[in-house]
Amino acid sequence: MTTPVYLDNNATTRCDEAVVEAMLPFFTEQFGNPSSMHAFGARVGGAVKSARAQLQSLLGAEFDHEIVFTAGGTESDNMAILSALEISPDRDEIITSAVEHPAVLSLCGHLEKTRGIKVHVIPVDGRGLLDIAAYRAALSEKTAIVSIMWANNETGTIFPVAELAELAKEVGALFHTDAVQAVGKVPIDLKSTVIDMLSLSGHKLHGPKGIGALYVRRGTRFRSLIKGGHQERGRRAGTENTPGIVGLGKAAELAALHMADEETRVAALRDRLEKGLLQRVPNSFVTGNPAERLPNTSNIAFEYVEGEGILLLMNREGIAASSGSACTSGSLEPSHVLRAMNIPYTAAHGAIRFSFSRDNTDADVDRVLEVMPGIIEKLRALSPFWQGANEAPATFNPVYA
Amino acid sequence: MWDYTDKVKDYFFNPVNAGVLEHANAVGEVGAISCGDALKLMMRVNPETEVIEAAKFQTFGCGSAIASSSALTEIVLGKTLEEALRISNQDIADFLGGLPPEKMHCSVMGYEALQAAVADYRGVEWRDDHEEGALVCKCFGVDEGMIERAVRSNKLTTPEQITHYTKAGGGCLTCFEGIEAVLARVNEEMVAEGLISFDEAYRVGAMDARTMKQKTRPKGAETPNVEPKPIIALADLERAAAGTIVLERPIEAPPAPAATAPRLTTIQKIKLIEETLASIRPYLKLDGGDCELIDVDGNNVVVKLSGACVGCQQASLTINGVQEKLIAATGLPLRVVPVK
Repeated sequence: MTTPVYLDNNATTRCDEAVVEAMLPFFTEQFGNPSSMHAFGARVGGAVKSARAQLQSLLGAEFDHEIVFTAGGTESDNMAILSALEISPDRDEIITSAVEHPAVLSLCGHLEKTRGIKVHVIPVDGRGLLDIAAYRAALSEKTAIVSIMWANNETGTIFPVAELAELAKEVGALFHTDAVQAVGKVPIDLKSTVIDMLSLSGHKLHGPKGIGALYVRRGTRFRSLIKGGHQERGRRAGTENTPGIVGLGKAAELAALHMADEETRVAALRDRLEKGLLQRVPNSFVTGNPAERLPNTSNIAFEYVEGEGILLLMNREGIAASSGSACTSGSLEPSHVLRAMNIPYTAAHGAIRFSFSRDNTDADVDRVLEVMPGIIEKLRALSPFWQGANEAPATFNPVYA
Repeated sequence: MWDYTDKVKDYFFNPVNAGVLEHANAVGEVGAISCGDALKLMMRVNPETEVIEAAKFQTFGCGSAIASSSALTEIVLGKTLEEALRISNQDIADFLGGLPPEKMHCSVMGYEALQAAVADYRGVEWRDDHEEGALVCKCFGVDEGMIERAVRSNKLTTPEQITHYTKAGGGCLTCFEGIEAVLARVNEEMVAEGLISFDEAYRVGAMDARTMKQKTRPKGAETPNVEPKPIIALADLERAAAGTIVLERPIEAPPAPAATAPRLTTIQKIKLIEETLASIRPYLKLDGGDCELIDVDGNNVVVKLSGACVGCQQASLTINGVQEKLIAATGLPLRVVPVK
């Protein structure tokens, strides 16, 4: 049996051993409630404080109290958007992008349906770049909040959030960014921007699952989503997930240490895989914007084959990745990101996302390069669209149900 | 990761009859818009005997679409066109040992390709007349289209009726609001079309889902006469989904509990349960499964499914079936609880 190759780090990452080690005492010896008056609580309170400082440092936030610990990226996204609507009753519009994560898009859809909030969904072009003209046009005195991701989870395409935030400020709107995929992979310095809120998730940066944070810039009006005790300065009630918080702090510290590696060695692995696959597999192309994207992500569309089949065959070889194909999601909906980019469906269905982390090695790339051409060839032999390399697709016009 | 049977995996990893068939005289090209899959079925039919002498496929689609296509080419081989036309999508799914509920449409695509290929051979135009919708009930794999057809053709106006006709909501019931929404929407359309009166139409929130749950899962011993629940074979549902039949009525009601059931001692009860299970087991074994009695605790009958039942998509249906049999045999409001 060959060593498994994990290239699905945008889905989740392996929790670093050092993170687990830092967390373990907080389940047993250090079990106190940080709100308690006694020594049991005080020690844990100190650990939460240093975790907050570690995260503050990774984000380049001016103050540590701008960090609010949550249960994850989705909660942070919901919190930011719902708070913005609550603090600005005379503004009832949201601006977001067509390629956001469901944590944002599905909430916006719900608000549109149940509260009559107007949602402007800014389109993207074929490379996944935001239509800035449409964004400018949508901004108005009615905009309560703009929520646009820092980097896209499927293609890795990075949006110019700092500039977008400046534009939002011109109309007095709040600016939130879902940075779940960006934190820990690219340098972030929030104090030099006007971004009001930022969401992140622990398990995307080698931290534990079930922990995340929302950055809320000092002075930003905020209404808590979960009511209860005074934890997190009244912004997120509920006894702190202290092992998770300590783990996230440690993960943030490690991410800062490995940032250079991520941007050089990991990016080089990604580039070698991408170049190698494009050379070896005809009728394949990179989706997204290679000029401005996360160092760890490559999304390659293999024309005329379907993603699930590719993933099943890859899985048999011990290689894990993910796909934008309809059939790999529970909903059977094809990727809204690739659809928004107008990728033809015979290519979008065969789009495979390879997402690296600092755990990956050259051997991983070699292994994928070795098996991928055979996998695609095998499936193309079954495809009614396939006519041979660089040939136009077969005339095939099925009757669609 | 989908829970595919070994047979699905085998037909995906090692598909038979893949590729182009030379001199095909019956070709069906269909696609499923719900997921973008497409299938080209090529058959060579003997004009004298109408026997399918060769069949090959090409599929653009997921693992189960490829497996369903390959299975189809094996199923039709050697059959006459008349015999082939009687193959349902459920037959394809059964051949593969079952498909996940979300993937049943892959077998429907196979069914449609076959219909289209036969139509092509006969020189008639084939038109697909069924629409799929989003999956509503995950326990029994019922989509929006199936519910809508059941509501329309039977003038259904309550969520309970939908469970009786389609089984949707017969399991965990988390889909109750989904069922409700489809029912209210279709009823509203039916009022506009003059098919039902305004007063009959169901409105969202008109029913408390908890009352529904109580009826399908009797608890108190004082209400042994549970309302008989019509059971519809999944195969019929799937044929309905494929547009081949329209359910006119609930297909078959289970025998009502023995009205004058004698009061049983615990020993008698357990013995009767054992005997009843023993009579069911041969049928389960036919499908490669089995069901073993672990414990009887009050009215809870704890059983262990094994063999092919483990991980089978229809296990919950099997449990329901076993429960109905036991209720009928003992006259007690028994509840069958599967354990691993």
